[in-house]
Amino acid sequence: MGAPDPGVALLPDPPRGADGVGSTTPGRQAPARDPDFTRLRLPFRDLSYRYKIPLSVSFVILVTAVVISTALALQAYRDARRDLVVRAESMGKTLAHALGPIMLRDELWLAYEMIVTPLAGGSAQDSRGKVTVVLNSENQIYVSTQPTLFPTLQPLAAAGAGYATLAARLARDSSAGPTVLEEVVPGHLVVSVPILSDDSTLLGRVLVLYSESLFLQRIEATLLQVLVSTLAVLAVLLPIGWFAGNRIVEPLVRLVAVFGKAGREPSPRVAQDLYTGGDEIGQLGRQFQAMLRELEHKQALERQMIAASRLTSIGRLTAGIAHEINNPLGGMLNAINTCKRHGNADPVTARTVSLVERGLLQIRETIAALLVEAKVTSRALTHDDMEDVHTLVVPEATKKHLVVRWNNDIEGSVPLPSTPLRQVLINLLLNSVQAAADSGYVSCSLRTEGELLLIDVSNDGTALSPAQLEHLFEPFGSEAGTGLGLWIVYQISQQLRGEIRVTNGPPLTRFALRIPLEAAA
Amino acid sequence: MIAVPRRPRRASFLGWAMVSGAGAATCNARSATWARSLAAPLSACVAVLVLGLWAPMPRAGESDASRPIRFGTTAVILEDQVAILHSWKGYLEERIGRPVRFVHRGSYQEISELLSKDQLDFAWVCGYPYVRNRTFMRLLAIPLYEGRPLYQSYLIVPKSDTTTHSFRDLKGKIFAYSDPNSNSGFLVPQYELVRLGENPASFFQKSFFTWAHSKVVTAVAAGLANGGAVDGYVWETLQRTHPELTAQTRVVRKSALYGFPPLVARASLGEKEFRAMQDVLLGMSQNAQGRQLLARLNLDGFAPDDPHVFDGIAEILAFIQTRQPGLVGAGGGTSASRALRSEAN
Repeated sequence: MGAPDPGVALLPDPPRGADGVGSTTPGRQAPARDPDFTRLRLPFRDLSYRYKIPLSVSFVILVTAVVISTALALQAYRDARRDLVVRAESMGKTLAHALGPIMLRDELWLAYEMIVTPLAGGSAQDSRGKVTVVLNSENQIYVSTQPTLFPTLQPLAAAGAGYATLAARLARDSSAGPTVLEEVVPGHLVVSVPILSDDSTLLGRVLVLYSESLFLQRIEATLLQVLVSTLAVLAVLLPIGWFAGNRIVEPLVRLVAVFGKAGREPSPRVAQDLYTGGDEIGQLGRQFQAMLRELEHKQALERQMIAASRLTSIGRLTAGIAHEINNPLGGMLNAINTCKRHGNADPVTARTVSLVERGLLQIRETIAALLVEAKVTSRALTHDDMEDVHTLVVPEATKKHLVVRWNNDIEGSVPLPSTPLRQVLINLLLNSVQAAADSGYVSCSLRTEGELLLIDVSNDGTALSPAQLEHLFEPFGSEAGTGLGLWIVYQISQQLRGEIRVTNGPPLTRFALRIPLEAAA
Repeated sequence: MIAVPRRPRRASFLGWAMVSGAGAATCNARSATWARSLAAPLSACVAVLVLGLWAPMPRAGESDASRPIRFGTTAVILEDQVAILHSWKGYLEERIGRPVRFVHRGSYQEISELLSKDQLDFAWVCGYPYVRNRTFMRLLAIPLYEGRPLYQSYLIVPKSDTTTHSFRDLKGKIFAYSDPNSNSGFLVPQYELVRLGENPASFFQKSFFTWAHSKVVTAVAAGLANGGAVDGYVWETLQRTHPELTAQTRVVRKSALYGFPPLVARASLGEKEFRAMQDVLLGMSQNAQGRQLLARLNLDGFAPDDPHVFDGIAEILAFIQTRQPGLVGAGGGTSASRALRSEAN
């Protein structure tokens, strides 16, 4: 028999060893073997997606928040600066207008009082970062809000680093309006407004100097507000981002877990954990499931093929040995027969010959049992044939206090040889009686369905062990009985081109035979 | 000067007429009343006529009693002391029985001018303008500071300046005066410099007026001026009320004692009114309310007029005018100063 017999299906699967499918677990990914790959190894490459995706989402949120906050802060800084320049210009213009007549009359004190009034921005809040300096027409300091730093009548150029440049720039400046000078005095923004007399003679200048620290001080509150808002937004968005990231990655994590479980747990249980969404991961899950089923089917098929080919080999071997034994055996039995009939043997010899004859007969029986011959001419199977088997088995069952549920639906004669089928049924029933639990039950159902004879024998005994299943139909495979019962069932079934399906309990261990009727064959 | 309100002027004139009892003035007043009476409706003609016959005397008296007493002050001595002035005003009104109006001006010059034009009845001026304007200023009372009608001029420098020990060290620096008509805040430093043989006009690189003693302290404290001349009484009072301000200054030198800025009346003021005010002022130290006010002013009381208190000021003025004529303004050119000048000559 070259082709595998699809009739043998052993269900459910015996557990298999790890065979490579889905054996990787998320925790220990196989390190990259490719040296190029190793060189290109990215940071966090080995980190689980469970963290990678939420981290990425969080990172994007963080970057966005930082960018927006920075933009807002910069805007606030620019606004504050512009506001300051505008205010300085307007204040400078007001002061320049009022200082004209005062400078003409050389009222130094009035000029000082004017520039230090809160109206001129001389309040304590601003005084730290702001200095107002009034210059005379020779660029000497006429008066300032900080006389110790800018003493009266000192040339502006002597006031410190950058002031010489400032003085030079101012000497060249002939505009009648405000001038904004940045980056001239280090760390300061300077707004200069000329003081003009009624006939537009330059009397001096009002300089408003703002230190850079004043900007920061001014926008401190704004920056703090931006920071607080950013943190508040982050406090809301980061958990949401983390949650969303987890939601995205969760099916993948489940898929990986399923991959890991595949092959170690029964596939239906594995499959129930699978995510079945319509996205890529869902598709992957479904494909994996299909693959798993296919693989399982293939493996079942392989196992059946192995079992069938082994049984075939055993059958061929048995037949060969039986044939080789039967020829000399027949000769020996003939010789003994001749010897007994014609020779006058002494009692010892006669006893020995008789012993040899009994031994040889036993060998012939065993060989005959091994060499199952189903194709012997036999009458067609009838309802009563099977009833006979029932009658034969009941005493055995009664010994174990078993209930036999007998259901013989065969009507008339069935075109199949009665003798081998009686043999099959008696073997199956005796097997079942033996396997059934004490006070348990055995059930047998017989019927024809279309072109098939269906024999169904089951019992409530303990399930077959994996070792038993592996050698189930092999001669002397079982420890009980002659060890040839199921071998005979298998051989006959094979010869009648039938198939056997074994369902291993609990609760029932069931043998189901389907044998095509001869008319159909 | 031209825009002087008509009514107060007439009222003051009437007041003076009352005291002096000049008949012409009375006739004037009566004719004015007649003119008003004639303008009245005809129906009330007789009544008005009767009233008009006896009305002038009581009306004039009533007008005099209700006319506010105008009291001139400057920022030079008292600045930002509205609350004290308000209490003092109440005190004076209660005792004199007439409304008192404080007229505040920015400089001694303005107050002097108002006095000379009879637009003020009394004023708190400095000894220097008093000495120069005795023709129209009559000494009313001299405040007693630390028990004496005397005070000093302080030379102050910023606290950070530890090297200045006299006027000489301030040569070529920036200097703050209070008022060109102030004794302690101008005349005394001028005198000190002249005495040192310096020309005050060119001794400093620059000098300026703050028009108030307390602002001299502010200017020096801020470093706007390298030195300043300040009324010692004002500096000491500030040290009590604003110690953080005076702490930023250092007193380098205290001058000799001079007559404390006096309270004066216009020379044309009636004797009765003059005495009434003088009595109230001199009596201030006699009652609790008055003492409380004096304490707030950091004064001990008022002394009666004693012109010799200001001899010292007259002397230094004469000294300056002798050494450096034209340095101090011609001012009033009072007879006293002229006399002193000729005496010094």
